[in-house]
Amino acid sequence: MNINFTLISQAVAFSIFIWFTVKFVWPPLLRAIEERQKTIADGLAAGERGRHELELASQRSSDVLKEAKQRASEIILQAEKRASEIVEESKRTAKEEGDRIIAGAKADIEHEVFSAKEALRQHVAELAVAGAAKILRREVDAKAHADMLASIGEDLK
Amino acid sequence: MASDTELTPTSYINHHLTNLTSQVGEGSFWVLHVDTLVTSLILGVISFGFIWLVVRKATPGVPSKRQAFVELAVEFIDNEVKNTFHGNRHVFVAPTALTIFVWVLMMNAMDILPIDIMAWIYEHAFGLHNWRTVPTTDVNTTFALALSIWFLMLYFNVKIKGWGGWMHELFCTPFGKNPLLWALNLLFNLIEYVSKPLSHSLRLFGNIYAGEIIFLLLGMWAATGVSGAIFGAILGAGWAIFHILIVTLQAFIFMMLTVVYISMAHESH
Repeated sequence: MNINFTLISQAVAFSIFIWFTVKFVWPPLLRAIEERQKTIADGLAAGERGRHELELASQRSSDVLKEAKQRASEIILQAEKRASEIVEESKRTAKEEGDRIIAGAKADIEHEVFSAKEALRQHVAELAVAGAAKILRREVDAKAHADMLASIGEDLK
Repeated sequence: MASDTELTPTSYINHHLTNLTSQVGEGSFWVLHVDTLVTSLILGVISFGFIWLVVRKATPGVPSKRQAFVELAVEFIDNEVKNTFHGNRHVFVAPTALTIFVWVLMMNAMDILPIDIMAWIYEHAFGLHNWRTVPTTDVNTTFALALSIWFLMLYFNVKIKGWGGWMHELFCTPFGKNPLLWALNLLFNLIEYVSKPLSHSLRLFGNIYAGEIIFLLLGMWAATGVSGAIFGAILGAGWAIFHILIVTLQAFIFMMLTVVYISMAHESH
């Protein structure tokens, strides 16, 4: 255990090794490690950003879906309303048409009845005149009593 | 082993604890422990060379297994430094901590190598009679490290706080600004400044030196006969396994103390 020149030589060797490490070993390794740390941090940040964007997108898509559903229900509602309107309108049209047809038919019927009545009256008048003529063949001169016959015919109308 | 002298416990231990020396000048100070210097240099060049080769091809992408291993060590040390040192640690403190941890760990780990087999190899392969394998069992190494760090500590004290700030700290802490307390404060700080490198270096030296001695004692026991050899082998293996912990722990403690001392130099009280 004697202190000698070895101490100085070891101190010099130590200094050289420290200088070497400070100069050549530490900086490149630190650079590599820090660069990798940055890459990893960037990756994590990108992942986080992606997750956030996914969240936003899913929220947006659910919003769009909700809106679409609302639109669809509105459209369905409108369509139903329109359908019922159409049904109502066609009912009304059908009713009008029916009424019109019924009215036409009634008019026809009335016309028919009238013309039948007329024909019947004519016929009855003729029959009456014929019957009267038969009864009054001799007593009544057709010419002389033409006015009377005509007035009877008028009455029968 | 010394072939020309008789093998006694004293000569055995002396043999293992004698450095290969080289006289570089006049006087007892100008002696160089060649084994300590060469072993520590080889270990430093191997470990920092390995790290440098890995780091040179370091990629920010997916790291190779070797790069992952180096990054593991670097990030472990960086975390420890980050918890203690509050400043830009990447400029100096963290790389220094890495240097110390790796180098001290490697030098301590030489303790695991079986001493007598290594001695035989040194003797027969390299013709070196005296060669101590573990640089940190040489107090010169631990003092060299601790004193270098001590000077760094002084340097940062002056650099960060300025002469005035440092002097103020020496005279006015920890007891107070009162002029009556200046002498006491200075005495207190001087004791602290002396004790720091002493405890720093002797802790490492003591632990590793004691470990070496235990290995030597177990080796001596193994020389007593068959039962001694068996127990010596078992206990030697157990001590070596336990020593893995001590080797790592002492390297870690040495590094942490360095970081703490340099951090204290950066922070004013």
